[in-house]
Amino acid sequence: MEFLVASAIGILTSGGIYLMLRLRTFPVILGISLLTYAVNVFLFASGRLTTGAPPILRDGIETYADPLPQALVLTAIVISFGMTAVVVMIGLGAFLGSDDDHVDDQPEAETNTAAVKDAPEARS
Amino acid sequence: MTHWMVAPIILPALVAPFIVLAARYHIGIQRVLSVAGVLVLIAVALGLALQAADGTITLYQLGDWAAPFGIVLVGDRLSTMMVLLTAVLALFVLLYAIGSGWDDRGRHFHALFQFQLMGIMGAFLTGDLFNLFVFFEVLLIASYGLMIHAGGNARLRAGVQYVLFNLIGSTLFLFALGSIYAETGTLNMADLANRVALVSPEATVGIRVAAVLLLLVFAIKAALVPLHFWLPSSYAEAPAPVAALFAIMTKVGAYAIIRVYTMIFPPDLAVTSGLHDVWLLPAALVSLAIGMAGVFAAKKLDRLVAFSVIGSVGMVMISISLFTPTSIAAALYYIVHSTLAGATLFLISDLVRTSRANVDLTPQPVISGNALTAGLFFIAAIAMAGLPPLSGFLGKLLVLDAAYESDLMVWIWVIVLGSSLISILGFARAGSILFWKAHSVQAEEGAAPMPRPATLSYVAVGGLISLLVAHTIFAGQVHGYTTKMATQLFAPEPYIAAVVDTPGKLSKPKEGY
Repeated sequence: MEFLVASAIGILTSGGIYLMLRLRTFPVILGISLLTYAVNVFLFASGRLTTGAPPILRDGIETYADPLPQALVLTAIVISFGMTAVVVMIGLGAFLGSDDDHVDDQPEAETNTAAVKDAPEARS
Repeated sequence: MTHWMVAPIILPALVAPFIVLAARYHIGIQRVLSVAGVLVLIAVALGLALQAADGTITLYQLGDWAAPFGIVLVGDRLSTMMVLLTAVLALFVLLYAIGSGWDDRGRHFHALFQFQLMGIMGAFLTGDLFNLFVFFEVLLIASYGLMIHAGGNARLRAGVQYVLFNLIGSTLFLFALGSIYAETGTLNMADLANRVALVSPEATVGIRVAAVLLLLVFAIKAALVPLHFWLPSSYAEAPAPVAALFAIMTKVGAYAIIRVYTMIFPPDLAVTSGLHDVWLLPAALVSLAIGMAGVFAAKKLDRLVAFSVIGSVGMVMISISLFTPTSIAAALYYIVHSTLAGATLFLISDLVRTSRANVDLTPQPVISGNALTAGLFFIAAIAMAGLPPLSGFLGKLLVLDAAYESDLMVWIWVIVLGSSLISILGFARAGSILFWKAHSVQAEEGAAPMPRPATLSYVAVGGLISLLVAHTIFAGQVHGYTTKMATQLFAPEPYIAAVVDTPGKLSKPKEGY
């Protein structure tokens, strides 16, 4: 099981990093999602791998699962889920506004956006 | 146990939803509530700072659960001073936002502003690493909203970069926390300090990885070269008052480095030896050089200020990475100075933008209020570049003095002094193009007169500058206090004892468990 979990984390992380390096909004968001899945599994594994063990003290049971990483993962999932939603909205707004989904600054786009920026501030 | 410790977090957390729910359509009521909230925050922060001034360490156990099972807030000299600095900065930034009308150009400025304060205060006060992550996220979520406040394509594009970069930073933070927990089984800072010291010298791989990952995360937050790429465009495109508030955010990273690497991974710990002098110090020197070169090369005033922030972070980090009590004291003095100076410069760049439509460093007709704005820019630039007589000069002197016994003393002195010269040239060039060459350019016939910045805007900028002047005049007292702070940081035993030994629920296991 150790090999399975470790390779799952590794494959998710490498896939996430590859997608992030594509520098277009959609692949980058997908890549970050993969990376957050990888980190969630990693956090789980930080409490040692156990199967079928209860997290709460009971009579007559010797092995327990560590409940704290589960709480940490829950927090991490909620935060990353919300963040992904936020970045999708902002990325969509930027794409619709400038008709360009590059994440990095484009040399020619620099002048266009500068011209747009000088226009009166649009209400969000 | 009094409950004042938790007030800096609870108060903005209550004011913000109240503003959204009760005053959504009334900008006037929002302003009153927001300013009142920040004023109360300053009073509370002042009380906490006075309480901690004699070296008392105040512990607050949330829900009365004893550490390390519960989450604790800890107020010592350093954290209460940072809380006070944030609250005071927030007041002037808020006054500027109200005076310039930035808060009315989009929705929910004041609510997001209060949430941002909540996150920053929490990050300074918490005594738990996972809680630090959560408060980082709170301040980041609010900052995403503030960053794209008032909209516009350039701002949205910069916002996407900012959010993505910080998401990657958060993921790294979680990896670091996971490896720390796997190695030690705790995330409470004081408890960690005890357990990391017990790690056997043969099995240090995991804890080393965790220490480096954690340093990377804080370096991203502090915008240390080469992890600074998110800063220039996001700070330059963010609304000016927001950028001015963000001036404290890079200091959150610096604070976290000071806290974690004096207590959990102290400089004499064998596990992390080499991290400070081999890695952090060169990165800090490069940050300072690149930041000040960026000041000289910038084509726009807002980018210039953003690069000067990177340079000042480099300066703070040089001092921190020496990790002696004198250098940490110098770094803390410089942190206060550079926060105020950076915020002032962002606000001044907005004063220029108000009456000029853009902040390109090209000769354009004279802006309204030219003399006053030029004077304010002159003072703030002197402070940021580190010329006498203002606090930047004193801070730089303290850093140079602290570096005197370092092995890399020559490098530090050469880069600090050389980059100072470059930044002076950069600020002088910007100021002369913006304010002096403007006199030789004729305004177009029939061009509509540009609006003049509001008086309240000038009051806010003047207030920040007077704080800088006070920081210079009372430099002796402030530096004495930061020296005491550094002494407290390098003797963390009372802090650890206060956290671990204070009784609460679950602290004494009963028979049979």
